[in-house]
Amino acid sequence: MLQVKNLSYEVIENGQKLKIIDDISFDVADGELLVITGPNGGGKSTMASLLMGIKPQTAGQIILDGEDITNYDIDHRAKAGLGFAFQQPPRFKGMTVKHLIQLSSGGELSEDESCQLLSNVGLCAREYLERQVDASLSGGEMKRIEIATAFSKPHKLCIFDEPEAGIDLWSFSMLVQQFEEIHKAKKESIIIISHQERIIQMADRIMVIRDGRIQQMGTKEEVMPMLLEDDGDAGCKYMKH
Amino acid sequence: MEIDKITQGVLNVIDNGTFKQEGAYNLRYNGQPLCHGDSEHIKIKSKTDKNGIDVYIDGNTKGEQVHIPVVVTASGMTDIVYNDFYIADGADVVIVAGCGIHNAGCDNARHDGIHSFHVGKGANVRYEEKHYGEGDGTGERILNPVTKIYMEEDSVFTLDTAQIKGVDSSVRETEITMGAGAKLFVTERLMTHDHQNAVSNMEIQMNGEGSSAKIASRSVAKGQSSQTFHPKAIGNAACHAHVQCDSIIMDKAEVCSIPEINARHIDASIIHEAAIGRINNEQLIKLRTLGMTEEEAEAVIVDAFLD
Repeated sequence: MLQVKNLSYEVIENGQKLKIIDDISFDVADGELLVITGPNGGGKSTMASLLMGIKPQTAGQIILDGEDITNYDIDHRAKAGLGFAFQQPPRFKGMTVKHLIQLSSGGELSEDESCQLLSNVGLCAREYLERQVDASLSGGEMKRIEIATAFSKPHKLCIFDEPEAGIDLWSFSMLVQQFEEIHKAKKESIIIISHQERIIQMADRIMVIRDGRIQQMGTKEEVMPMLLEDDGDAGCKYMKH
Repeated sequence: MEIDKITQGVLNVIDNGTFKQEGAYNLRYNGQPLCHGDSEHIKIKSKTDKNGIDVYIDGNTKGEQVHIPVVVTASGMTDIVYNDFYIADGADVVIVAGCGIHNAGCDNARHDGIHSFHVGKGANVRYEEKHYGEGDGTGERILNPVTKIYMEEDSVFTLDTAQIKGVDSSVRETEITMGAGAKLFVTERLMTHDHQNAVSNMEIQMNGEGSSAKIASRSVAKGQSSQTFHPKAIGNAACHAHVQCDSIIMDKAEVCSIPEINARHIDASIIHEAAIGRINNEQLIKLRTLGMTEEEAEAVIVDAFLD
């Protein structure tokens, strides 16, 4: 179980303190799928970065399965059981897709297992294994490989930052299927940052972040009506169908 | 012939652990030919007028390997060797020519390998060269290779060079002349650290119509080391060349890339790309999210870049 208590993140801009994440608390139960959504610039990706230790929190506490990981750096959080899939994954000149997947899995994967991971995200597996993770791959291919790396080993909790961004509809359907299977197995908790209705519909609970604060959090039944509102004042016209 | 432990250790690095005293081979040790063998299609003759060997590869050679490693373990030695390769029309051969220096003394140890390749029509040559230095002596480990390649019509030459580590000083001179339809592939990988210095000058003369060259240079400079690259591609005919130099710079190192492309024919198409930069922070973060420390992530990035 993940427990986040009073998490805040501030930056100094023009000599003024600016709160990007403002005193956020929430839990994610074992096997739960939490979707974080909200308007652009609201703090969703920053929240994901804070959980993984990519950005340092200004205040608050993060507890994973009873272990206080607040002061852990990125690699210690990974070892504690957190996984992360980037919105814009970096490229590695000289590194093959196969090597990256091996590194991600933390052990020896057979070629067939690596192929299966790639197939699951819509890539014609074998032809990709020896390709380099460099500029020769499109943004969509990079994104799918990134997601395959996150699926390459089990985590206590895995965070996906806008997994749908930049991938085609067919691959997106496969991706949704993957999330559904993992969610059904209830073996790991998942946090997905997303604007996609199909992903939001999978959630056990939905968190809406706006201006660095939780605007609403609850089950689909509780939150979806607000998301579907067309009221400009509510600022909720950010869900993609 | 029994090979001592130090020499075997160096051989394992420069010859991928595959060196065997069988088939066509020549092991040069501290300035002397230690052992050699011929095969049905590859004959190795010692030169009579100077240090070195002539290697004759006949046209029936198909996929065979010839290994000609050099090991220097004598501190204070300067070994200059002239090796000439005559590759007959249509031959298909892999030449493995690593050089390693183990210097445990306080004097410099140096090897200058001057190699020339006469590549016949339609021949296909892959030439692998690994340079490596080790030993806890204070003497420098110096390697200055000179490589001259003469490519006839429709020949293919793949030059794969790597300076792995431990070489204090290196000046590499490479000259290549290409005939019609000849294809050249060069991969150069270089790692320098501490106060090491490496210079690589390469000149490619594309004289034949339809010749093409693809040059990829990757280097990592650490510590206070310095590197200078000067690839020069000259198109004297309708030809195509692509030269790419990528370097990772770390610590207080210095990397200088001086591309030169020169078209002397209206249908010569030559491209050069060069990039020097530090390790991308996003790459480090990505690998750290997989559980690696910053140092481990850095090593993985460097190894993959040079692989």
